[in-house]
Amino acid sequence: MPEAIRFALAIAAKDIRAELRSKTALLSALVFAALVLVVFNFARDPTVLAASDLAPSVLWVTFALAAIVALNRAFNIERENAALDGLLLAPVSREALFLGKLLANLAFVGTVELVTLPLFTLFFNVNLGRALPGILGVTALATIGFVAVGTIFSAMAVRTRFAELMLPVLLLPFMVPPLIGAVQVTSRLLAARPLSEMWGWVRLLALYDIVFVTLCVLTFSAVVDE
Amino acid sequence: MNASNAALEPARRLVRRGLTLSLLGLVGLAGVYVLALGFTPIEARQGLAQKIFYLHVPAAWSALLAFSLVGLASILYLWLRDPRLDRFAAASANAGVAFSAVMLTTGPIWAKPIWGTWWTWDARLTLTLFLFLLFVGYLALRAAVHDPSERARFSAVVGILGMLLVPFIHLSVYLFRTLHPQPIVLKPSAPSLPPEMLRTLLISFTVFTVLYLGFVMTRYGLMLAEELQEEARDAA
Repeated sequence: MPEAIRFALAIAAKDIRAELRSKTALLSALVFAALVLVVFNFARDPTVLAASDLAPSVLWVTFALAAIVALNRAFNIERENAALDGLLLAPVSREALFLGKLLANLAFVGTVELVTLPLFTLFFNVNLGRALPGILGVTALATIGFVAVGTIFSAMAVRTRFAELMLPVLLLPFMVPPLIGAVQVTSRLLAARPLSEMWGWVRLLALYDIVFVTLCVLTFSAVVDE
Repeated sequence: MNASNAALEPARRLVRRGLTLSLLGLVGLAGVYVLALGFTPIEARQGLAQKIFYLHVPAAWSALLAFSLVGLASILYLWLRDPRLDRFAAASANAGVAFSAVMLTTGPIWAKPIWGTWWTWDARLTLTLFLFLLFVGYLALRAAVHDPSERARFSAVVGILGMLLVPFIHLSVYLFRTLHPQPIVLKPSAPSLPPEMLRTLLISFTVFTVLYLGFVMTRYGLMLAEELQEEARDAA
């Protein structure tokens, strides 16, 4: 296994271990996601709009908001006790460091999404049925892209004033393409449309992931190095 | 005090030149108003509403010019680490936000009588709205970072990522629209303008480019002055 991957996995394992010991961030993100779903349910008029019409948008707005809450935490834990300085001093390439943080964030956001999905089917009475593998796939595809951008912005935001506000202001424009694509694919999956109708969106999501993961890996050292 | 005054001179000169250029641009803008209202024929289908075209399109041009140059300066900054590039990117983003604000306000004023609605989620409208929000975020980030080198590096990264986001937003909004056809939207697609209209438009383009240069130069000079003053204060 190449060294960079080993380092990245070690950094991700460190983050996940730290999170599993306290569980506070994970639990609050989960509660937050559940609350967003509940709020959405009351924000629609059930006599006018069927739950299934709104479902894909609700799911993705909930995912997006929960991801922002989760990403705010990503570099906060490195900031306490100047842990980031320690990480930067370690003989680890910046690329590996970024990949490690990205993997940890993906695990974190992915867990929140995996727990939110059943809650969503319960609250909005959606029958995922055979659409489930497709929805899991598109969730992974869309999440990788915006979590990559979110990871690099989170590293910047912790160094600013109003960090909790700065991250969503910077990140939300970058969430637009993955969110539009994911909502489109999800609604087609739920309506059991043929694959050919989603293919364009899937390609767009994949292209977004490739471009932004590469770009974030390349520019990460400019964020953390003097 | 005299020493610091002398040190500030290059910045002062830039601000003076920038203000002169901006003033020139504003006089030119008044000229464009007169030309557009008095000496350019009224468009047959849209009537007087079409006059806003002479402000809206050149403002859009300046905004896009500003934002493209932010992206370019950001790439060059991460490569060369020259503080002048960072200052230029910041000044250009400032001007770009101002021009896109003009574009986003004149657009709906025109759209209400012509399209019958202030706003529609058309691909180009959505794209420019997000560009505007993206660069407001860029400026907010700059304001929130204290350390100059950190500020420059962070904003360069946002500038580069932002530049690459543009085609994605465009593509996704475009796909979104083409798959969900909307009521047909009137578009002023006029590949060949009558010569008088074209003349007014070209003059307005020039005026808006002069305004852009004036704004950027003034802003750049002011930022330089601030930095020089801070340096002098640190030295004292």
